[in-house]
Amino acid sequence: MKITPLFETPSELTDPASGKCAIVLTTRVRLARNLAGQPFPGWAKEAQRSAMLAGTLVTVAALPQMKKGLSLNLEELTDLEKQILVERHLISRELSSSKGGAGVAITRDQSAAIMINEEDHLRIQVMRAGFQLKKVWNAINTLDTDLEETLDYAFSPTLGYLTACPTNLGTGMRASAMMHLPALVISSQMEKVVRAVNQLGMAVRGLFGEGSDASGSIFQISNQTTLGESEEEIIKRLSSVLNTIIEHELNARAKLLETDASKLFDKIGRAFGILQHGQLLASTEVMNLLSLIRLGVDLGAFPETRRPVIDRLFIEAQPGHIQYSARGSFDSAQRDLLRAQFLRNEFAGFGAPDFSGVGKN
Amino acid sequence: MANPLKCDLCGKPATVHLTQIMNNKVHKVDLCEECAQTKGVTDPSGFSLADLLLKASLNPEPSGDVVRCEQCGFTQADFKKQGRFGCPACYEAFKELIAPMLGNMHKGTAHIGKVPRRAVARKSLYDRLTHLQDELDQAIKTERYEDAARFRDEIHQVKQAFDPKQEGVA
Repeated sequence: MKITPLFETPSELTDPASGKCAIVLTTRVRLARNLAGQPFPGWAKEAQRSAMLAGTLVTVAALPQMKKGLSLNLEELTDLEKQILVERHLISRELSSSKGGAGVAITRDQSAAIMINEEDHLRIQVMRAGFQLKKVWNAINTLDTDLEETLDYAFSPTLGYLTACPTNLGTGMRASAMMHLPALVISSQMEKVVRAVNQLGMAVRGLFGEGSDASGSIFQISNQTTLGESEEEIIKRLSSVLNTIIEHELNARAKLLETDASKLFDKIGRAFGILQHGQLLASTEVMNLLSLIRLGVDLGAFPETRRPVIDRLFIEAQPGHIQYSARGSFDSAQRDLLRAQFLRNEFAGFGAPDFSGVGKN
Repeated sequence: MANPLKCDLCGKPATVHLTQIMNNKVHKVDLCEECAQTKGVTDPSGFSLADLLLKASLNPEPSGDVVRCEQCGFTQADFKKQGRFGCPACYEAFKELIAPMLGNMHKGTAHIGKVPRRAVARKSLYDRLTHLQDELDQAIKTERYEDAARFRDEIHQVKQAFDPKQEGVA
């Protein structure tokens, strides 16, 4: 398999150091960039797309940040490999189903990836575990400046970076945070939050971006607008929205503990029981169960060191990863069997929840 | 009900009214029940008002001449169908179409933020070229032929300094 190195080196997403922010799982920034004088990927002819890929992949792979990284032509990957890349948030669903001439370069630690011929010629992304908007912006800003040394970006002084879709015009930046908001979901406040966040010009999506559902109570919050505001301002505004959401989530947790603690503990305890003893587990169910265990960690019912384990399982319980670890192609019913087996192993030595100290600090 | 609001997407009577505040500017979208459902407005897992505004602003039928991007052959009809442009030069070709959309879609209509150094160098050369061309025209008009010859040579030098293929987009 071409993507095997991804499993053999530590990655930002699957092995985050412990002690990261409880509510913000990951922070990500992506920049849309295009080359001057070239048709956008959606309008380019097959041959133009291939030429663009061949030309830029070399430049991108030569970046110092890409040392010992992977550069891949999507045509050379199996469907399973593409699915694994999507599950690791290294490529988008759109890129994985693209018609040809598409590629991606991934850094060794998987914290940065550059997609070629997605909606735009280049989609640069940098991600980090935890709430790290500024750090991520600095890293991607450097990466982008380095690329610009050799690539001739399409840029207009009045409209900024020119993108295939006018909704990305200007900075071409989408900054986002993946947030774990179980208490807001349990107490049915999410709809209200989504409305409020939308009114502030921020978008709310599910775990895998546009059109995906919010299984595991994981939501992606990002800026909607890109023109008329600098990158720093967008990041500042997003940070303040994220902080407000964190506050609401913490309040909702406190409220749940205050009004109906035993009901909440029951949910967490049952989730633990199913993960330890379930025989058939579908991926959406697992996401929701893991979400409850993660909430249990945040509340102190499990040790803090368990949080990175859950974050890794969020990814490794996905269909592509299950098939990869079982070394084969399996239908959905077989996967549910394998997934349950995998989770029973993971949870065998996890340690039972202890609610005695919850809410008493 | 004398003048019921119509859905921005399909024209049926609108029953869902959305308001978004961006930078003290109020943006309003009116939708019928059906479109609100299909666009996921009522779905807590999220929708993008920017996308809606984009589609709504594309709704009025383009009339008259077909505007076409010289560089890539993209037309307004293509844009309506795809919601994406054909190439960077399309922004110049469809300037009039896009200008009113941008204000609805974004916080402002002019770029504030990062500027790529190389593109800027290109821009300053481009500006210099435009300036020299003006000077040249003026010199010819006023019959200052020695000056005109000097400007012509300077223009030639500037053009040599950067790849002529890259002029279009700046």
